[in-house]
Amino acid sequence: MPLADLFTTKRLWRGVHVPEHKETTAGLPIRRMPFPPLLIVPLAQHTGAPAIAIVHEGQEVVRGEPIAKAGGFVSVPMHAPATGRVESIGLAPNARGELTKAIYIKPYPSASQDVLYGAPQDIDRMTPAEIVAAVQATGTVGLGGAAFPTHVKLKIPDGKSIDTVVVNGCECEPYLTTDHRIMVEYPEAVLHGTRVVMRALGVTKAVIGVEDNKPDALAALRKANGTATDIQIQAVAAKYPQGAEKMLVKVLLGREIPSGGLPADVGLAVFNVATLAQIGELLPRSQGLIERVVTVTGPGVSKPGNYLIALGTPLRWALEQAGCTSDANTIILGGPMMGASISSFDVPLTKGVTGVLVLTKAERKGSDHIYPCIHCAACVDVCPLHLNPSRLGMLARKERFEEMELDLHLNDCFECGCCSYVCPSHIPLVQYFRVAQQLNRERKARVSS
Amino acid sequence: MNSTLHTTVIEVRTSPHLHSPLSVDQIMRNVVYAMLPLCAYAVWTFGISALALLITTTLSCVATEHLTCRLNQKPSTIPDFSVVITGVLLGLTLPPGLPLWMAVVGGMIAVGPGKLFFGGLGFNVFNPALVGRAFLQAAFPIAITAYTPGLTLHRFTEFIPSTLAFPFMKAPPLAEWIANVRIDAFTGATPLMLQKFDHVASDPWAMLMGQRAGSAGEIPTLLILLCGAYLVFRKMMDWRITAAMLAGAAATSAVFHWADPAKYADPFFTLVTGGLMLGAVFMATDPVASPVTPRGMWIYGIVMGVITVLIRCLGGLAEGVMYAILLGNALAPLIDNLTQPRPYGAKKAVAP
Repeated sequence: MPLADLFTTKRLWRGVHVPEHKETTAGLPIRRMPFPPLLIVPLAQHTGAPAIAIVHEGQEVVRGEPIAKAGGFVSVPMHAPATGRVESIGLAPNARGELTKAIYIKPYPSASQDVLYGAPQDIDRMTPAEIVAAVQATGTVGLGGAAFPTHVKLKIPDGKSIDTVVVNGCECEPYLTTDHRIMVEYPEAVLHGTRVVMRALGVTKAVIGVEDNKPDALAALRKANGTATDIQIQAVAAKYPQGAEKMLVKVLLGREIPSGGLPADVGLAVFNVATLAQIGELLPRSQGLIERVVTVTGPGVSKPGNYLIALGTPLRWALEQAGCTSDANTIILGGPMMGASISSFDVPLTKGVTGVLVLTKAERKGSDHIYPCIHCAACVDVCPLHLNPSRLGMLARKERFEEMELDLHLNDCFECGCCSYVCPSHIPLVQYFRVAQQLNRERKARVSS
Repeated sequence: MNSTLHTTVIEVRTSPHLHSPLSVDQIMRNVVYAMLPLCAYAVWTFGISALALLITTTLSCVATEHLTCRLNQKPSTIPDFSVVITGVLLGLTLPPGLPLWMAVVGGMIAVGPGKLFFGGLGFNVFNPALVGRAFLQAAFPIAITAYTPGLTLHRFTEFIPSTLAFPFMKAPPLAEWIANVRIDAFTGATPLMLQKFDHVASDPWAMLMGQRAGSAGEIPTLLILLCGAYLVFRKMMDWRITAAMLAGAAATSAVFHWADPAKYADPFFTLVTGGLMLGAVFMATDPVASPVTPRGMWIYGIVMGVITVLIRCLGGLAEGVMYAILLGNALAPLIDNLTQPRPYGAKKAVAP
């Protein structure tokens, strides 16, 4: 770390230091993974309404061609990840174990697979509304894991004003290095994408927050930025969960997003670096999002790396390419703190998948025995939202779910997992909170119906 | 096709998939380790009587918990190690010459009404070891204030006469024995008693190093601090409560000392005497009976420190740590309610 950063680095006070395990893949350049024999492109890869298929069975598609249109404003179109033939439109499992509608495409092995689809467009001459429409047309969603359609964030809500764009380059989840590699290899794309969203939102200031465990990413961005002053590149001390939107805006700008509110409530719009890099690359050519960088790593793979994966690549194919070992025990989409462990190898990798983490039994040393809460306050000390997980956990055990929501801000919890991570009693606090939130939702649905 | 995936059995689990290496049994075990130097010092100072006392309280506590679990047809909770802490801690807070049968009773009370009646580990309102000690203080006021000199010549070969007293029998008088064994050693009365009742000052440096009379484990003030520092270093103890309690006690005694230096001890004397250090490091920090909020911990510690000195200066007893901590334990839920933090993005703190 350069000495100057020592005094200017900003830090998150709550949260936890989790062993990073990033060294395995942090130095590996992004490599393209071969196409699988069959691509599964779900129509619901994003938050919001699913896309609507506009192709039919047996139709030939060209790589980059739209194959589904947006199902509303909070929705994005899909594009063909490879030149090939639509085999069928059917059901496919998603990471949550549900079956959702998907387009099956069989890539042609002999096709050139160049992206021929798209036309150049001059962003500097577009109005903000045109940029919003153009971003939606690229099918870009938040690539940091949330998969929320990006163009929605570019439309300023009525009565709100935005003064600063915050760019999230923290990547605080252990093991993952996709954002890291993108910042190192495509800093110009990140900066270009940032300037596009600044233009769309009509703001003149942006801050990119990068954790100080990625000095090469900081250096690459600073070099690419040169002497420009509209974008500020800020080092933040590495700590989990700094990459959470609420945490990052507090660390960088000292602003708190109100409970139940949006960044726009405090004049901010927050984007992930990978998202902006895609916008920076795709928008000038009006192309669609057809691939993304996924870190495939963990002790259960023999060829870990940062792979550029065609969207819709089945997990099974990705694991075979990365060399899944026989002692694999748990397979997680995303990072180890917030990622979901999956039950089927047939899950396709979609726009929101940041990583594939394969853990072995050896990783899970120590007992899982659950002791009673000893009030050690470790969870209270780490909760980045200043909630009281200890008390929430006790109320959950007594099934007092409404009280948790009304009195103790249960719904503010974004399941970062810090409380469960530190709990010496091994109480599955986050799981308690998930169950409580779900039961509260179901109760409300019953009441209103 | 890679055959590995055909044979792999994967487990579905919920996030987070990583866990910090700390666990309850590990913390409890390390607290016991941290008390071992104090036990060694007690045995070196008071001889086999202290050893017998520590073994008796520990066995009494462990046996009570084990048998209660068996009676309830539940798995024994001995492996979580918390009951061992209670046993050792109880032994450390008692005078080294306490009759062993009383120690057995103290252990049973500590773990029974003090812990298991509330539901066991995590549910007790008061520190179990102090419940046991408070019971002994009420039941046997003479025996529990009968302090004996340490470093006597034959301490490794003969018991302090009161140690082996028969249950419910009058213990042999200690004054005669003390008069006979006093060779070059400190007296039987604790420095706090001397200061309060006889207005005799003791050398605070000797007290810091543990050259004084007192309960088995409370005398080596500096050693207690070092043992606590080990636990803080391992992130197994909350230093905030200890710091707040010591600060509260020092500040209060400074006020008293300033008002009447002849009658009231100075802050340094207050810190190095009696059970303050043992209480602040090993008992006040019992997580189960203390608040969980950061502000609450500071308030809780300060309250206990202030009460300790108020009892010492204004009460009828020479020592106030035990009652101060028990009172603090009783106040902990209230302090917790009043100091709930303001959640991120919320306008005000959580209502109590």
